[in-house]
Amino acid sequence: MGATRLALLLSGPLLLSGCSGNLKWYVVSPMTDAGRANLLFLLGGLKYTLLLSFTAIVISVFVGLLVALPGISGNRGLRACNRVYVECVRAVPILVLILWVYYGLPIVMGISVSVFWAGVIALALSDSAFEAEIFRAGIQSIERGQLEAADSLGLGYVDRMRYVVLPQAIKRVLPPLGNQLVYMLKMSSLVSIIGMEELTRRANELVTAEYRPLEVYTVLVLEYLVLILIVSSGVRWMERRMSDEER
Amino acid sequence: MSEPAVTSANHLTKRPLVVLDAVDKRFVDFAALDGITLSVAAGEKVVVCGPSGSGKSTLIRCINQLERPDAGMVWFDGVDLVAASSRDLRRLRTDIGMVFQQFNLFPHLTVLDNLTLGPMRVRGLSAREAEELARRYLERVHIPEQADKYPRQLSGGQQQRVAIARSLCMEPKLMLFDEPTSALDPEMIVEVLDVMGELAQTGMTMIVVTHEMGFARRVADRIVFMDAGQIVEDTRPETFFTAPASPRGAEFLDRILNH
Repeated sequence: MGATRLALLLSGPLLLSGCSGNLKWYVVSPMTDAGRANLLFLLGGLKYTLLLSFTAIVISVFVGLLVALPGISGNRGLRACNRVYVECVRAVPILVLILWVYYGLPIVMGISVSVFWAGVIALALSDSAFEAEIFRAGIQSIERGQLEAADSLGLGYVDRMRYVVLPQAIKRVLPPLGNQLVYMLKMSSLVSIIGMEELTRRANELVTAEYRPLEVYTVLVLEYLVLILIVSSGVRWMERRMSDEER
Repeated sequence: MSEPAVTSANHLTKRPLVVLDAVDKRFVDFAALDGITLSVAAGEKVVVCGPSGSGKSTLIRCINQLERPDAGMVWFDGVDLVAASSRDLRRLRTDIGMVFQQFNLFPHLTVLDNLTLGPMRVRGLSAREAEELARRYLERVHIPEQADKYPRQLSGGQQQRVAIARSLCMEPKLMLFDEPTSALDPEMIVEVLDVMGELAQTGMTMIVVTHEMGFARRVADRIVFMDAGQIVEDTRPETFFTAPASPRGAEFLDRILNH
């Protein structure tokens, strides 16, 4: 696969240059006990990166859909609500949103928010605006004739959406939806700032302990690279499967 | 509510199923329908013809309210559709089958699922009942063996027959056809027209927009000839084809029959 070749290509020169003595690969070498322990420590963050990203994307897809529907309604007020939400949420940087949800929301709401849920809420909130735009575009791309056929069968709004419009729209928005998932995996690294023990945070901690930033961060880069290549090929597989169904 | 009387002289005895009264429909600066008054009795087969842009499609789309008229009244089965609530309209629409030029089958559903969706979600049939019904109507349109295929695996003629079966599964009182063969290759037109002819023999009320004059002559009880948003002639097929009363009708026939 092209992806593996690319990873090898990137790591090859780095590993070789390590032989010259400038790089101390033993810090993350699977050959030594200490290196193995460090590697496992770094990989341990994967669980939280995945949990964080997938929880956030599931929530943001639902919120995004709920926000998209008023955006395509015939009612001007509902459409305005959609615009305000999308524009405002999109305007706030994710990092700022994470900080505000973690430090601000508990005070405003009078509740305590764990690091994990603060991260999930911030990521989901930020992403939901993009999801809403994706769904709106997807739904609007469905041909008028499909709606007319549904109407002439007497289907109501909910049935029409559920059985006619959304199944077709979701198929069409799968590629951008997959991109959002990849984006989410990358953005989850920002949650390290509030102390979430995901991939990036673990790497930061190891750098502090070992003082080998280049080696540790190289491993971090590879971790994200492999993770995202796997996820995007999964999305592509799903797209292919869904388009095969129709043939 | 008072029900308007049937205007057509030869159907005074029959109850009108559809009545349009002074219906206007404008698109921006263009009058698609201009004072349309038409009454169709239960069991009648009406073919609507006329040059393109004459308002034929708009006329039948007003009957099931895919287009809302700007003025006038549309009655179906004794109910004013223009004034009906959206809930009532939905219920009434299940009694009006519609076949589109572009078929408008649901591409993500198999033929069988296309047919059972309405009966299950709207008429409240069980999955088994709906499937039985669907298979019966697929038999009626002569493609029982295509039940598990997706629309795009079928030919245009087959797709249109599936679309007809889908509408029939709602067991409607009225079937509307909006140029059902205009998107088809010539060799597939016949199979669709045959199915429509068979349907006519069952006593179904049909309003058909078409350029197929052979079909009109064979099946129609009445020909409605439209031009510029108006009904120019509303007469029996033999009268229309042999002695059109209007110069516009004569000109249209000349162009369509002697090309």
